[in-house]
Amino acid sequence: MIEQFDAIVVGAGMSGNAAAYTLASQGLKVLQLERGEYPGSKNVQGAIMYANMLEKIIPDFRDDAPLERHLVEQRLWVMDDTSHTGIHYRSDDFNEAKPNRYTIIRAQFDKWFSRKVREAGATVLCETTATELVRDGNGKVIGVRTDRAGGVVFANVVVLAEGVSGLLGTRAGLREMPKPETVALAVKEMHFLPEEVIGQRFGVKGDEGCVIEAVGTISRSMAGLGFLYTNKESISLGIGCLVSDFAATMESPSALLDAMKNHPSIRPLIAGSEVKEYAAHLIPEGGYRAIPQLFGDGWVIVGDAAQLNNAIHREGSNLAMTSGRVAAEAIIKVKSRNGPMTKANLALYKTMLDDSFVIKDLKKYKDMPALLHTNSSNFFDSYPRLMSHAAQNFMRVDGTPKIEKEKNTTAAFINARSRWGLVSDAVRLALAWR
Amino acid sequence: MTIAVTKVRVEDKLYQNRYLVDSGRPHIIVRPHDKPSANLLALTYVCPAKCYELNDKGQVEITADGCMECGTCRILCEKGGDIEWNYPRGGFGVLFKFG
Ligand SMILES: Cc1cc2nc3c(=O)[nH]c(=O)nc-3n(C[C@H](O)[C@H](O)[C@H](O)COP(=O)(O)OP(=O)(O)OC[C@H]3O[C@@H](n4cnc5c(N)ncnc54)[C@H](O)[C@@H]3O)c2cc1C
Ligand code: SF4
Repeated sequence: MIEQFDAIVVGAGMSGNAAAYTLASQGLKVLQLERGEYPGSKNVQGAIMYANMLEKIIPDFRDDAPLERHLVEQRLWVMDDTSHTGIHYRSDDFNEAKPNRYTIIRAQFDKWFSRKVREAGATVLCETTATELVRDGNGKVIGVRTDRAGGVVFANVVVLAEGVSGLLGTRAGLREMPKPETVALAVKEMHFLPEEVIGQRFGVKGDEGCVIEAVGTISRSMAGLGFLYTNKESISLGIGCLVSDFAATMESPSALLDAMKNHPSIRPLIAGSEVKEYAAHLIPEGGYRAIPQLFGDGWVIVGDAAQLNNAIHREGSNLAMTSGRVAAEAIIKVKSRNGPMTKANLALYKTMLDDSFVIKDLKKYKDMPALLHTNSSNFFDSYPRLMSHAAQNFMRVDGTPKIEKEKNTTAAFINARSRWGLVSDAVRLALAWR
Repeated sequence: MTIAVTKVRVEDKLYQNRYLVDSGRPHIIVRPHDKPSANLLALTYVCPAKCYELNDKGQVEITADGCMECGTCRILCEKGGDIEWNYPRGGFGVLFKFG
């Protein structure tokens, strides 16, 4: 199959589909390769999908995209072994005509997105693993080798949308392998329950949805986050921690997930459910400082492959979609002025991305990953325990004078982490958050 | 009300998943070794599919059939040369129904 394309997109996840769709709908000749049996069969996400970023690509996606529930409530739980302290935000404003966030099921969503890509005119080849980038004598990327017989395909530009564990970019030396401290391993289960039961347990009706993010002792001193997202007839439940922490503690991810399911605050929410899938996936967590070179002669990198993931806000799919779209728009611009796909011309992608929320947000949190990593036992164990202690102390009415209760709480905080430690954590957190 | 969430063995969890195993062509290989490195040993706990196990000679072995292709072992052990990591051939491997 020796054929020349304007662009080859490697991967049919969020970023690849956004890129392929944008390129094809502007009339470019696009080949997209996906190693899975169908788009989505290899992909795992929580999953919250942010409407604005998809709207910029497919404005009327609500007409036929497979959406589960639109979110009206978000809870953040800080957990110790038997309790949780929560912040809940719920607003009827989220019941708007065009809701802002939805839960989705990736296998279904990616199939839909891929159909849109085909309808826009791209050639999509599934069950095809790209194995190597092909370069010319000057090192310019001119195509991709695949695991199909005689499978070399050529293009003016290759869009690497291969996700966090992508092989091509790392093998070709375009980017480094992620390090154990810049990626989290997440495990997830799908718990099925009748629609009405989910509605009752979470206090939502119809298509309304509620999500819970949980931090604290459930990650056993590792830097991690648990989540529980409501779909129409299922609950996505998972937990992720840094790979470096897993390696150091030798915790079993599946046992961690089972323990989280057994937590007294979570157990009643999933009671009686039928589990239909167990999945695992990495999440890039290195943030701004881990972003590799994004473009070169004949190539660009988008999405998780480029570490474009905001772990602090658990946003990834929207950064993936946006980087895919922006890369495609840059390619279209270069092509429209008959420019070759050189490093100098493709630098436009970086310029355009720098100007978007993707890079601006990641820059804002550039110091967070390192802070959470080096301080995980405080942020994910001591502080949650102290918080629970303080809340319980506050709520129990037992004849102890209030002033004494306050002193107890303050003393517990200082004992656990010294006055200086607390101040320094607070200052560092504030600086990183800025 | 007592609500029990029973502990499920990883093997039983994987049983719910769909796989198309490429028989005779494992996508991950552990290089021969006398004594496993710390990271390779950690994988016997940390691999979410429990693909890595110690044999009676104290070496780490892999059975990659239940692998979910998460990439954790690659991140921990490829650079040090403990393992060789590839994706399965197109179409093979884990097939998530939900993801
Ligand atoms: C547990 C979990 C929860 C998450 N929750 C959220 C959330 O709630 N909201 C959110 O916005 N983000 C979330 N994310 C992050 C989000 O899933 C990712 O940021 C997003 O999927 C990245 O998209 P991508 O296109 O870059 O990569 P992917 O979606 O991973 O797609 C990569 C694609 O490339 C294919 N591929 C790879 N290599 C090859 C090859 N050599 N040849 C052919 N095909 C190849 C893969 O099969 C895959 O289809 C979560 C992630 C995880 C793991
Ligand atoms: S890729 Fe993940 S699931 Fe597969 S063997 Fe490695 S650690 Fe285990």
